[in-house]
Amino acid sequence: MTTEQTRTHAIDMNSILRGRDSASEQLEITIKIENLNLHYGQKQALHNVSMDIPKKRVTAYIGPSGCGKSTLLRCINRMNDLVDSAKIDGKILLDNENIYDKSVNVAALRRRVGMVFQKPNPFPKSIAENVAYGLRIQGINDKRTLDETIESALRGAALWDEVKDRLNDNALGLSGGQQQRLVIARAIAIEPEVLLLDEPASALDPISTLKIEELINELKEKYTIVIVTHNMQQAARVSDYTAFMYMGELIEIGNTSQLFTNPKKKQTEDYITGRYG
Amino acid sequence: MISSWFKSGSPWIWLNAAAVSACLIMIVGVLGLIVVRGIGHFWPTQVTRFSYQEDNAQVKTLFAEIVDTSVTPAAAAKISGYKMADNEEALVQYQIKTGNRDVTGADFRWLQESNIKSQDQPADLMVVERREWGNFYGQLVAVKENSKTLASDGEAWSVAQTKIDEALTVYEEIAHLEKKEIGAINYSLEQLRLKGRSLELKDRLDETAKAAIENEKTELKKQYEQYQIQLRTLYQKIRSASLVAKTDSGAEVVIPVAKVVRIYQPNNMNLFQKIGHYFSKLGEFLTDDPREANTEGGIFPAIFGTIMMVLIMSLIVTPFGVIAAVYLREYAKQGFTTRLIRIAVNNLAGVPSVVYGVFGLGFFVYILGGNIDKLFYPESAPAPVYGTPGLLWASITLALLTLPVVIVATEEGLARIPKSIREGSLALGATKFETLWNTVLPMASPAIMTGMILAVARAAGEVAPLMMVGVVKLAPTLPLDGNMPFVHLDRKFMHLGFHIYDVGFQSPNVEAARPLVYATALLLVLVIIGLNLAAIVIRNNLREKYRALEG
Repeated sequence: MTTEQTRTHAIDMNSILRGRDSASEQLEITIKIENLNLHYGQKQALHNVSMDIPKKRVTAYIGPSGCGKSTLLRCINRMNDLVDSAKIDGKILLDNENIYDKSVNVAALRRRVGMVFQKPNPFPKSIAENVAYGLRIQGINDKRTLDETIESALRGAALWDEVKDRLNDNALGLSGGQQQRLVIARAIAIEPEVLLLDEPASALDPISTLKIEELINELKEKYTIVIVTHNMQQAARVSDYTAFMYMGELIEIGNTSQLFTNPKKKQTEDYITGRYG
Repeated sequence: MISSWFKSGSPWIWLNAAAVSACLIMIVGVLGLIVVRGIGHFWPTQVTRFSYQEDNAQVKTLFAEIVDTSVTPAAAAKISGYKMADNEEALVQYQIKTGNRDVTGADFRWLQESNIKSQDQPADLMVVERREWGNFYGQLVAVKENSKTLASDGEAWSVAQTKIDEALTVYEEIAHLEKKEIGAINYSLEQLRLKGRSLELKDRLDETAKAAIENEKTELKKQYEQYQIQLRTLYQKIRSASLVAKTDSGAEVVIPVAKVVRIYQPNNMNLFQKIGHYFSKLGEFLTDDPREANTEGGIFPAIFGTIMMVLIMSLIVTPFGVIAAVYLREYAKQGFTTRLIRIAVNNLAGVPSVVYGVFGLGFFVYILGGNIDKLFYPESAPAPVYGTPGLLWASITLALLTLPVVIVATEEGLARIPKSIREGSLALGATKFETLWNTVLPMASPAIMTGMILAVARAAGEVAPLMMVGVVKLAPTLPLDGNMPFVHLDRKFMHLGFHIYDVGFQSPNVEAARPLVYATALLLVLVIIGLNLAAIVIRNNLREKYRALEG
C-alpha cells in the first residue's frame, strides 16, 4: 500500500467519524496523529500513520501481533522516548499542540496522557501509596487531599469496596485483576485527559476481564480512551471506534459496528473473519 | 557398564558432592582450629612442679605450665644428638612455660620426659600476672607494706588478694586521671598553642589575645598541678605494698603490688572458680588495653579501630558506588565507553590490595593530606595533621578497594528491576530522576546491601594496605573520645588483622603470644560475621518489603 493511499484513509476516516455523530452532536477531536513514521534502527515500525482520536470516546486498535498498534499507542505519551533506537517523525497534536515539539515537558505530557500496561505493574508499596504516587510526585503531600483522591480514584476504578479495609497492605498481595484496576486507579488519580490502555485485560481471567471492560465503559464518561487489544470481541464490546493496523500501517478506521459488520478493506475483512492474524 | 555409569551422571554428582565437602571441611577446619585454640587460651592451666635432671646431672626443681608435647622416634632423635637409652622407642618432650623472665631470662623451655624424676601439682603454687616481665610462677611467702611484714605463710594469700584488689582500684583511678583528665588538659594546651600560632600567622596576635591565651594556659596548668598532687598520693599508696615470693630455684623475689594484675593458684581452684577466672580473663581481653608489647592484656583498641574503620568505609563507599552504578546503568549511553569503564571497574577488583596501600599513601596521604594541611592547618606545621597516615585515609583507601564490588552489585540490582515498573512510574508523570529516587533505588536497595556486605567482608579482613595508610602497633588514643570534635579522623588506629600479624610475628615473645593470636583471629572472624549478619538482616527486611516482582 502506498503512502498516498494511507493518507486517503485518514481523510475518509474523519468523514466517517464525523458522519456518524453529526446527527446528535459535534464530535470533538482530542488527538490528531499526522504522518507519523517510526523507525527502530533500520526497521520501520510505523508507516505514515494519520488518524484522529475523538474526545471521551473509546478508540480501539486491533491487528495481528507485531503490527505496530502498541508502538503507536506508546507514541501518544512519548513512551517510545525510552527506546534509544527509536526515531520518530511526523506530528501528534494533543489539543492542537505537537507533543513532539522540543518545548514540551514530557513529564507534564504524561500527566495529561495516562497509561495502563499489559501486565499489572503496581509498585511494591501499599495500595494507598500506589494511588498517591502520581500526586506525591507533583509535590502534593497534604493528607486530606491524598485521602480524598485515593478514595475517589479507587471508587473510579471499581476497587474501593474490595480494598477499603486494607489500604496499607502491600499492593503485590492483590490478585491480578485487582492489581490491574489498582493501576487504573493510580492512572486516574492524577486526572489525565487521555487514558491509554495497552492490552489491559490480556493477562487476566475472564471475570477480571469483564470487570475491566465494564470499567472502561464507565471511564469514557470522563476520559478519552485509547485501547490496544488483540481480542476482537473485546474491541467490539468496549469501543466506539476501531482502527485496524497491519504491518505498521493503518489500514482502516471506522465506528466499531460498521468496521466489524461492513469493512471497507479486504485486509480488514480477512482479519476479522479470521483468515489470517 | 562403565560407559552407562558415566552416562547416568552419577560420577558428575559424586564430583560435585566431593567439591562441596572439601570446601566445608576446610572451612570447618579453619574455624575449628581458631575456635579451639582461641577459646582455650583463657582457661587456667595447672602449674606443675617438676624435679628435673639437667644434662650435667644436677637435679633442679621447676614450676611450670605444660604448653606442648612432642614425640620424636628414637632413630630421628639420635641423629639430632639426643642421648637415648637403648630400650626407649621414642623421645618425648614437653614444652613448658616457666615464666619468671626477669629471673631466668627466658620463659619457655623443653623438657625431656626421661629426665623428669618426679612431677606433682602442689596446691600452693601461685601464678602472678604482672604488668611487666610476663607471668611469675612460685610460692607466696609474705606480704609486706613498706618494710613491715603484714602477713606470712598461711594468712599471706588472702591478705595479698585484698592488697591487690585495693591496688587495682587505685590503679584504675590513676589510669583515669592520666588518660582522661590530664589527657584532656594536654589536648586543650595543644589547641591553645595552635590557636596562638594561627593568630600569629595571620598577624593578629595582639597583646589582648596573647594575654587571654596566657590566662587560659595558667588556668590549665593550675588544674594540672592539682592532678599531679592527686597522682603523687595515689602512686605512694600503690607503691607501698609488695609480695615476697619464692621461685622454683628457692630465691626470694619481691614483686610490687602495683605491678600485679592478678594472682591465682590454679591447682587450688574448683570448677566454678576456674569458670570465673575464665570469664574475667575474657572480659579483660575484650575491654582492656594491651600490655607488654601487645602480648598480654586486651585488644579493645583494635576491635574499636576495626569496627570504626569499616563503618566509615561503608559510609564512603556506598554512596559513591551507588551513584557510579546509577550513572553507568541508567544515564550513560550504553556503548564502547561504558563497556570500557565496566572492564576497568572489574579489573580494579583484581588489583592486589597492597597496591591500593601504596596509592593511598602516595595520593591520599601525601598529596591530598599534605595540601589539606597547607590550606587548613598551617598553624600546626611542621607537624602534619592529615598529611600523615590516619583513620580517614585508611577508610578512603579501603573504600576505593571495595568500590568495584558495590558498583557491580548495584548495577546488577538495577538491571533486575523490571522495565514495567519504571514505565509505570514514568507514565504517571514522574521524571527519570523521580522514578529512580522513588521507585528504582528503593527496589534495588537489597542489591546495594549485598554489595555493601561483600565490601565489609573484604575490608574488615584487609591488612596489607592498612599498614601504609594508618594502622599502628599501638595507638595511644582511640579515634573517638571526649575532646572536641570527638571524632578524630586524623588519628592512627589499631586493627585486629594487623594485630594478629604484629603479635604473631613481630613481637619479642612470639611463643607467649601465640594463643593470643588465635584468640584475636577468632575475634576478627566474629567481628566480620557480626557486621555481615547485621547487614544481612537489614537486607532481608528490605527484600521482604520489595519482594515478588518476578510474578
